[in-house]
Amino acid sequence: MSSIKTKDLTKKFKDLLAVDSVNLEVQEGECFGLLGPNGAGKTSLIRMITAVSLPTKGDIWVLGNNLKTHSRQVKAIMGVVPQVDNLDEDLTVLQNLMTFARYFNIPKDEAYRRSMELLNLLELENKRNSHIRELSGGMKRRLLLVRGLINLPKILILDEPTIGLDPQAKYLVWHKLKELKSQGVTQLLCTQNMEEATALCDRVAIMHQGKILSLDSPQELISRYVGNEVWEIEVDPDERSMIVKELENRRLDFEDIVNKIHIFHIESYESLTGLKNFASKLRQRSATLEDVFFRLTGRSLLE
Amino acid sequence: MRLFSWRFIRVWQRNRDVFFRLWHSEAPGFIAEPIIILLAMGVGLGAYVGLVDGQEYIEFIAPGIIASYAMFSASFECTYGSFVRMEYQKTYDAIIATPLNVEDVTAGEIIWGATRSFMTGTVILVIAAAFQLVHSPWAVLIPAVSFLEGIMFAAIALLFTSIVPAIYSFNYYFTLFITPMFFFSGVFFPLSSFPQIVQALSWVAPLTPVVHLTRALVNGEFHAYLLGALALIITLTTLFFSLSLFTMRRRLAI
Repeated sequence: MSSIKTKDLTKKFKDLLAVDSVNLEVQEGECFGLLGPNGAGKTSLIRMITAVSLPTKGDIWVLGNNLKTHSRQVKAIMGVVPQVDNLDEDLTVLQNLMTFARYFNIPKDEAYRRSMELLNLLELENKRNSHIRELSGGMKRRLLLVRGLINLPKILILDEPTIGLDPQAKYLVWHKLKELKSQGVTQLLCTQNMEEATALCDRVAIMHQGKILSLDSPQELISRYVGNEVWEIEVDPDERSMIVKELENRRLDFEDIVNKIHIFHIESYESLTGLKNFASKLRQRSATLEDVFFRLTGRSLLE
Repeated sequence: MRLFSWRFIRVWQRNRDVFFRLWHSEAPGFIAEPIIILLAMGVGLGAYVGLVDGQEYIEFIAPGIIASYAMFSASFECTYGSFVRMEYQKTYDAIIATPLNVEDVTAGEIIWGATRSFMTGTVILVIAAAFQLVHSPWAVLIPAVSFLEGIMFAAIALLFTSIVPAIYSFNYYFTLFITPMFFFSGVFFPLSSFPQIVQALSWVAPLTPVVHLTRALVNGEFHAYLLGALALIITLTTLFFSLSLFTMRRRLAI
């Protein structure tokens, strides 16, 4: 059974089609990544899946339950880590968790046990009596994750879970997410961090202007759109047109960015023989999801 | 329209916990201020006021002070208080991602606002009794009236909160709605000396029936028109409660 399934899911604001007939299926136990530039519709999509906003059109099923009729049951088994910090500023760290657990009808002593355990795991136990305003940005994000886990969710919805975290905290969160995956928790991860998507996700959907452009495993997306390696040429303005012409003659798949040229899908190095004579600053690197992202969504700012 | 469920109690509990952690910062406003008004107006101004039936002026205004401060409690709670929770702290956004929905949040906020009215009404009633201003055992019903009144004013306030763009808009709410009611609902003077039009306006102001009801319970003097007053309170409460369920969903679940 699929964990999350959407059919023709559409969200329309006044004069903006934020989500445009999206069909997607997240399998049970997988970590599904949602990538896209700002304004791509990721957050609108997630708000509908978490039942806090109603679709303009279309349907959502979570573990077979239609969200239109079973939103409470679905929300009870979901954990949500929002992008915006909405911790309860009137309460301390521990009170935040206890109060949140009460929304799920978790008995008090069980809530306390889970809170302490999760605070320990994310190294926040010393902060349990602190006020939210006394926490650093990174601590708040970790606390949001702890809060999202308080109901032991079967499905975890994460909107930029590691944004603003230092590398240490980021790896701590990744580690926890991998551990949850091994326990069978389905994850829908919305991120701008390509490294994160590559490290965590089984499959990735690239979203742009309300639509899903492409969907596959990170490795598959990379080899489909970019190839396994990228050749990069640093270009001086006066030699640019000559290099471009040479690449065209060689029928290479390349992208011309202001002071750089990327060459993709190199099948044999023969096609590069002698290229050094034209472009002295030629070097090779491995392809990343970021290359895929740029190829699919373009390089201009979209907002 | 969707209805709320028993889960609203979770929102009420959340607000209760926060209130009893911070109550010392709220207490002066809602306990000290009514005492000051009661003494200043009742004893100070009261020395110059002669009432027709030989009643002391402080006795005349005491029931109205109970009703007014109960109104203020629910009104502040569900305007500034609710707006800060909704817009600045995003508390509601977090709550509606749990099994609670927007309607539970709305009902929880309104019933909490009413609880504030209940507490304020009860405290001032006890103070008034200590000053020997309460003359009838029927006064034990006043906390219940304050609670009902609280639901009404909390619902009106939350309806307004759900449609305003910014926190500054509440200046209008208090200057043009709450404060005029405080003066023109028969708290400090009977309205019989005013032109017909003012009297008519006063009778549709939601505070007026509450003042009359509270005064009757304090004095133990009942008239048939009080049933109309009670009916008016219940009608307005039902109307604004339903409307706020609708407008809050429109505001939050976009």
